[in-house]
Amino acid sequence: MHEMSLAEGIRSIVLDQARAHGFARVTVLRLEIGRFAGVEKPALDFAFDVVMRGSPAEGARLEMIDLPGQALCYDCAKTVQIADRLDPCPECGGGRLIPQGGDELRIKDMEVL
Amino acid sequence: MCTVCGCGDKVVIDGREVSHEEAHRLGLAHSHDHGPVGPGEHTHHHHHRHSHPHRHGDLVHDHPHDHHHDHPHDHSHGPHHDHGDPAHAHAHAHGADDHDHTHDHLHYGTGPAGVSVPGMSQARLIEVETSILAKNDAIAASNRRVLRALGVLALNLVSSPGSGKTTLLCRTIEALGDAPLAVIEGDQQTSADADRIRATGARAIQINTGKGCHLDAAMVGHAIDDLRPRPGSYLFIENVGNLVCPAAFDLGEAAKVAILSVTEGEDKPLKYPDMFTAARLAILNKTDLAPHCDVDLDLCEANLRRVNPGIEILRLSARTGEGMPAWLDWLRARLAEAQA
Repeated sequence: MHEMSLAEGIRSIVLDQARAHGFARVTVLRLEIGRFAGVEKPALDFAFDVVMRGSPAEGARLEMIDLPGQALCYDCAKTVQIADRLDPCPECGGGRLIPQGGDELRIKDMEVL
Repeated sequence: MCTVCGCGDKVVIDGREVSHEEAHRLGLAHSHDHGPVGPGEHTHHHHHRHSHPHRHGDLVHDHPHDHHHDHPHDHSHGPHHDHGDPAHAHAHAHGADDHDHTHDHLHYGTGPAGVSVPGMSQARLIEVETSILAKNDAIAASNRRVLRALGVLALNLVSSPGSGKTTLLCRTIEALGDAPLAVIEGDQQTSADADRIRATGARAIQINTGKGCHLDAAMVGHAIDDLRPRPGSYLFIENVGNLVCPAAFDLGEAAKVAILSVTEGEDKPLKYPDMFTAARLAILNKTDLAPHCDVDLDLCEANLRRVNPGIEILRLSARTGEGMPAWLDWLRARLAEAQA
């Protein structure tokens, strides 16, 4: 994924929120990023600084919260946490897992002035 | 600009540019400098640099002629106007008579009230809980409602470039005979694919995404408005050839069908798991070439099931017709579901 344009999506939401809540400045913005969302965090950090210029979130601190990758194992029917998309099931060793979460990519909250 | 992959947002649907409207509908950052026009209209006094063939030697001059054209030239023009860099959003003033924002209700994520946090003086904490892709997803849901109400089976065909999507579609249209259907073709440039589809007698609309690397729900919504698919028909959406970005963008389709040609190698599902995870059906296409390219189709299927244990798989050759009957049966079964 291309983080510059993810930052564009964040900016658009920040502008919506600023209109809705009437704030002038965002000081902290918290993102939840799933393990399988395919985001390069350093790249997103960089893009965030660039793309937020001229918006209420210019200079805001970006905090990224990792969400675990969850998957349903088709062999043991358990929902398990895995670190990598292609990892085997930690319970039974099975290799047939379907992601059940971990592709989140959302703004959790913002501290604003 | 694409919120996932950084691609541009100039979109042409059968010669008609819709990017501004889409950018507004999606709430994306962009700027433009066209003059005031009637409500709801983007007349676009394009600042074209397009390449249609009137050459004027070495003279450098401004063309005095106005381009209020109907785009008789199919999609050969270059960028119309710059959608500035991502750092400036909405640089233009929205005068009252500029254009009618009937799509205002499509701005999402303006919901819950802010929550004040004790001890933070003036600072407030605003719970947002909004997916960065929420806007696309909302438009996709709206498309899905429209399609469901019509009993239309919409399939989003995704693959790498060159996997044989268009050839498969042409053969499929021929094989479906009189069944009502329509096609939305997505490509960065040219109407070549829509032309190929129309040559079969089917209705087709071309979306040119410019620099865009995938279709999004708003583009498809527009195409549906233009195409007006018949109740109970098939709607094939041929996405831009790309195994990455289209996976993240719901268009409102009933299912994604991933097409993988045997020449691409059996490890592709492992390299690009997201697309195959998102697909309901995988088609292994060009099976007639399998004997010539050291490919292990069973391993390919095992890899598909590793990233998506529930995926359905069909092997076929659009060129020879081998395996086509099972694909046609699959389509008819899905159409019956769409009408149930």
